[in-house]
Amino acid sequence: MSVLGIDDPWIWGAYVLCILSTLLCIIYGILKWNEGAEKEAEEIVEELKWEKEEEKMEEQELGDD
Amino acid sequence: MIKMNIILFTVIVLIYLVVTLYLGYRGWKGTKNAEDYLVAGKKIHPWIMALSYGATFISTSAIVGFGGTAGVYGMGLLWLTFLNIFLGIFIAFVFYGKRTRKIGHNLGALTFPELLGKRFNSKFIQWFSGLVIFLGMPLYASVVLIGAARFVETTLGPIGMNYDIALMVLAIITAAYVVYGGLKGVIYTDALQGVIMFIGMIILLFMTYTQLGGITAAHQALTNMADKVPASAAKAGMTGWTTAPIFNSPWWWTLFSTIVLGVGIGVLAVPQLCVRFLTVKSNRELNRAVPMGGLFILMMTGVAFVVGALTNVYFFQQDGKISIQETVTAALPNGNSDSIIPIFINRALNGNEWFIYVFMLTLLAAAMSTLSSQFHVQGSALGRDIYETLTGRKGHNSILITRLGILLSIIIAVVLGYILPANIIARGTSVFFGLCAASFLSMYTLGLFWKRVTREGAIAGLVIGAVADVFLFVFMHSAESKPLGIAKMVLRRDTLLTEMPWPVVDPVVIALPLALVVTVVVSLMTTADKRQVEKSFKGV
Repeated sequence: MSVLGIDDPWIWGAYVLCILSTLLCIIYGILKWNEGAEKEAEEIVEELKWEKEEEKMEEQELGDD
Repeated sequence: MIKMNIILFTVIVLIYLVVTLYLGYRGWKGTKNAEDYLVAGKKIHPWIMALSYGATFISTSAIVGFGGTAGVYGMGLLWLTFLNIFLGIFIAFVFYGKRTRKIGHNLGALTFPELLGKRFNSKFIQWFSGLVIFLGMPLYASVVLIGAARFVETTLGPIGMNYDIALMVLAIITAAYVVYGGLKGVIYTDALQGVIMFIGMIILLFMTYTQLGGITAAHQALTNMADKVPASAAKAGMTGWTTAPIFNSPWWWTLFSTIVLGVGIGVLAVPQLCVRFLTVKSNRELNRAVPMGGLFILMMTGVAFVVGALTNVYFFQQDGKISIQETVTAALPNGNSDSIIPIFINRALNGNEWFIYVFMLTLLAAAMSTLSSQFHVQGSALGRDIYETLTGRKGHNSILITRLGILLSIIIAVVLGYILPANIIARGTSVFFGLCAASFLSMYTLGLFWKRVTREGAIAGLVIGAVADVFLFVFMHSAESKPLGIAKMVLRRDTLLTEMPWPVVDPVVIALPLALVVTVVVSLMTTADKRQVEKSFKGV
C-alpha cells in the first residue's frame, strides 16, 4: 500500500504517527485546559520561592559582586 | 548561484535588532526580579510561553544538522520527530514535568545534578553528574555553533564570508549575549523568535511541496529516486529516501540506534531540558503548554526532516545531483550534510531574499539562546555542582569558578568548532544525548516514580551507565573509535569486537539498559532512606 507517495509502511507510518502524536498533544491540552486550577495559587507561591533562589544564583554568576 | 542583496540584508538586520531590543526592553522594564517575572508571567498566554520554550530548545542543531541528515538518510528520521513529540513533549510534560517540578521544589534544587544529588542525598551523585555534563556538553554546544556558522557561511558567502570568520564572529556575539543577558525578561523576544521560526517553517514546507508538485507527487518523486542512492550508501544498507534501510545493516543501525533512539530517548534526560520544568509556574501551565509544544516540534523537526529528504528531488531536478553531491567542495570531496539545508534554503527561495535573511537571523537567535543556556549549565556544573560539592565551600570562589566555567565552555566550543570534521552536527548531538540517557535517565526516572530506588542503586547505575557509554564510544562504536584512535593504540584494531553489527550499534543501546538493570538490582539489595523519600515525595 502506498500512502502519500511513500510505499514503505515503516516510513509512512512514522509520517502518520508524527501527526497523530501532535493531535494527542492538542486534544490533551484542550481537555485539561482548566485542570489543576485549585492548586495553582499554592504552586505559584512555591515557584516564586524557587525563582528567587535561582535569581540569586544567576546574579552571583553574572553580577559584579 | 546564490545572490546577495546587501541593502535589503542591512535593512532587515536593523529592523530585527530594533524590534528585538524594544521587546527586550519591554520585558526587562516590567520584570526586574523574579517576583515581577512571575507576576508578568501570569498574564502571558500559555502559548506564548510554549513558543518561547520552543525557541529556546530547538536550535540550529535540529533544523540545520538533522535536516541535512534527513537529506542523506531520508524520511526515516521522522521516527525521531515522533519520539520528540511523544516522549519529549507528551510524556515529558505530562509525567516527568509535574513530578520534577514538585520534587525539585521540595528539595530546593536549582540545577539538574543538584536535583539528582538531593533526591538521593548524595554529594557524589551531584559532582559526578556535574562532571559528566561539563565534559560532555562542549561537543553539543559546539555543534549548535557550527550549525549557525554553516548557515551564515552559505548566505553571506557572496560578500566574502567564510566558515572560519563566521564561527569567530558568532562566538564573540554569543559571549557578549551570555554576559549581558539572555536571562530573565526575554520572554517576548523568545516568543518572537518562536513565531518567526514557526512561520518560516510553514513557508518552507509550503514552498517545497508546491515547487515539487504537491505532497503526494513530491514524495512519489523521492520514492522514484531509489536507484540514485550512491553505491557506497547502498552497500551499507540504504534502499532509498522513503524506504527503511536493510534490517541489521550499518545504515539501519546508524539511523535507528544513533540518530533516532539516541536523541529521541536522550531528550528525557538532558539537563537543560529537565531544569525547564523547575521554571514552570504550575501544573496547569504545563498542561496548557502541551498542545503548542507538540505542534511546535512537529513544525520544526517534522518539516526540517521532510524538507531535508525532499531536497534530493529539488537538486536532482535542477542539476541532476542528489543533495550530498551539491555540498561537495575541493576541501570536502565527500560532501557535508551540515550544508544541505543552508544551500537548499538559499537556492530554492532565491527571489525571496527577505525571507532568507529573516530566517537566518531567527536561526542565529535560536542558536544563541540555546548556547547561552548551555554555557550557563556548564558553568554551574563546574562551580556549583563540582567545586562547591567537593570542597564544601560556597561564596566568592565558587562564583569565580562558575564564571571561569562559562568562559572555558565558550572557548572549548569555539576550538571544537574549528577542529571537528564535516557531517558532525547530528552525530555530536546524538553523542551528548546518548551520554545523558545512559548516565541519568535510569536514576532520574526511577527517582521520580519508584520510592524503592536507593542511593547505592542510583550511584551504581550512574557510574556504570556513564563509564559503559564512554568506553563503548572509545573502543566499540567505529564512527567515534576510529577517528579517536585510542582503540587502535591499545588494541591494534579500530573496535574491540569486529563482527557485525557491534561496531555500528550505538553505545546507548547497551549502556542504558545496563544502567537500568544495575540501578534496579542494587536498589533491591539495599534499603532506601525513608525520611529522604518522604521529603522528596511530599505532596506528590
